[in-house]
Amino acid sequence: MEENEKLQLTEDEKKLFEDLMPEDLDEILDTGVNRRHFLKLLTLTGGGILAYQAAAAEQVLTRPLNAPPAELLPASIENGVDVSFKVNGAAKKLTVDSRMTLLDTLRERLELTGSKKGCDHGQCGACTVLVDGRRVLSCLTLAASCEGRSVKTIEGLAQGNELHPVQAAFIKNDGFQCGFCTPGQICSAVAVLEEAKRGEASYVTENVRKISGAIPLSDEEIRERMSGNLCRCGAYPNIVAAIREVYSGKPVEPTWKFVG
Amino acid sequence: MRPFKYTNAKDVPSATRLLTANPGGRFLAGGTNLLDLMKEDVERPNELIDISRLGLDQIKTIATGPHKGGLSIGGLGKNTDAANHALVRQHYPLLTQAILAGASGQIRNMATNGGNLLQRTRCPYFYEVSMPCNKREPGTGCGALEGINRLHAIFGWSDKCIAVYPSDMSVALAALDAVVRVRDAAGQERTIPFGDFHRLPGDTPEKDTNLNHGELITAIELPKNNFAEKSYYLKVRDRASYAFALVSVAAALEVSNNRIDQARIAMGGVAHKPWRALQAEQMLVGKEPTEANFRLAAEAAMADAKPLEHNKYKVELGRRSIVRALQVAMDGKRS
Repeated sequence: MEENEKLQLTEDEKKLFEDLMPEDLDEILDTGVNRRHFLKLLTLTGGGILAYQAAAAEQVLTRPLNAPPAELLPASIENGVDVSFKVNGAAKKLTVDSRMTLLDTLRERLELTGSKKGCDHGQCGACTVLVDGRRVLSCLTLAASCEGRSVKTIEGLAQGNELHPVQAAFIKNDGFQCGFCTPGQICSAVAVLEEAKRGEASYVTENVRKISGAIPLSDEEIRERMSGNLCRCGAYPNIVAAIREVYSGKPVEPTWKFVG
Repeated sequence: MRPFKYTNAKDVPSATRLLTANPGGRFLAGGTNLLDLMKEDVERPNELIDISRLGLDQIKTIATGPHKGGLSIGGLGKNTDAANHALVRQHYPLLTQAILAGASGQIRNMATNGGNLLQRTRCPYFYEVSMPCNKREPGTGCGALEGINRLHAIFGWSDKCIAVYPSDMSVALAALDAVVRVRDAAGQERTIPFGDFHRLPGDTPEKDTNLNHGELITAIELPKNNFAEKSYYLKVRDRASYAFALVSVAAALEVSNNRIDQARIAMGGVAHKPWRALQAEQMLVGKEPTEANFRLAAEAAMADAKPLEHNKYKVELGRRSIVRALQVAMDGKRS
């Protein structure tokens, strides 16, 4: 986005500005501080206090203002493959280079930059998305192989401005620091809850011969099942707490509080 | 990644014909290993033939033939589904555990059963294209032999290659005497006993398996057995989860009247293929399932180990892992 682009705010965005920084609203509207800059401001003004609103703001602000360009054509496509699939409920049809991964397609062609490129080699889980309801690594999935599939990314989890329970629990339990692994962690966690409900075992599940029905998620089970998602900030205890809270349905007291 | 042609195979005959017609092509199933190696420029196929929509994902009891009453697992079924199928969990829990010990939930949702067998080594010298590697480029030498070989083989290696084979699932399949069913472009089917499927490196480490180019793994067949009550897959690794094995042990026992009728011991992380400890298995037959006997078997299993400069620890680790795996198989108590 051009720095000098004329500021256009949706009603949702104006409401957020008013809620978050009422004293700055006029200035922002007057000087045309752009949305990207506004997001930067948000992160600098003590993310914790604004965490809930900021997450809601993400939902609003990462939505394109205008209809996206009809097609972002890369400079050249070799061995082009026509592929149609759904992303967060919307039908997408595009021609991709046979080499293009689902991750790059989401990020570079479909403007969905929530899924992150961590290692790009299937070792970190930051690119985790749900394909036909199952968690997979989008960095090791060819877009060409997604014909007819239904993809859900972190952008598709919230209902409007209402966060998915796992998203809300990550914020409440401080399940991240830098946030880079968080979209993958959350997509993975959403799937873990479903997998356990379906009775899918893990390596730490005792006596797989005797399982019938859902598998209880102990902390050990959560850790094992989430082991494909690395967090270099080391937020693991809080990630486990967030998942435990959603799984149990019992509110957990946050392990942190604001001072002063 | 180098450019390649992407072809969607419509059915098994056309998939096998397409690959047979192109020596530079490869099948694409789950892609979890192949795409990674293509990004690293280790694998350089000129065509990927996508076989992920061919079906071949059923798991069913074998109705006729030498393995009647056993289980057939579709070659293109997902690892997650194989691990969690009711018949696998009930009759082959060792296989369930081994699959679940490998990779992560995401990768097991993508990886296929046939593809799991065809994983290539994770030897860092194989992955790093600036290093010599006889497996990647025959004749260039082995960087690991005189290099950092902490992760490498202690059994069956040659001076051409000391890499280890990474699959956990295959270690259980070796212990269970599985059979691999494959089909070629002419529609001919053949079965390969699991012990003959993977190869030792010898002078041709570039060949991992005895599968011919163009052949497709249609199913993995498990003979009936009486190990379901007493089996365990132990995996020892650098971190608690999501890491390849330093040493792993698939152990299975059939016991009656406090005597061992049959024993199976297969190891992962120690050789270029799943390593069966046949001599140790034989030693246990007719013996009481005691820790002392497990120790004798473990000694025998590791007697021929030839460790390298940095992996001497694997000999003692292997010994203890065998004892531990047999104990857990026997009493079901993990801790």
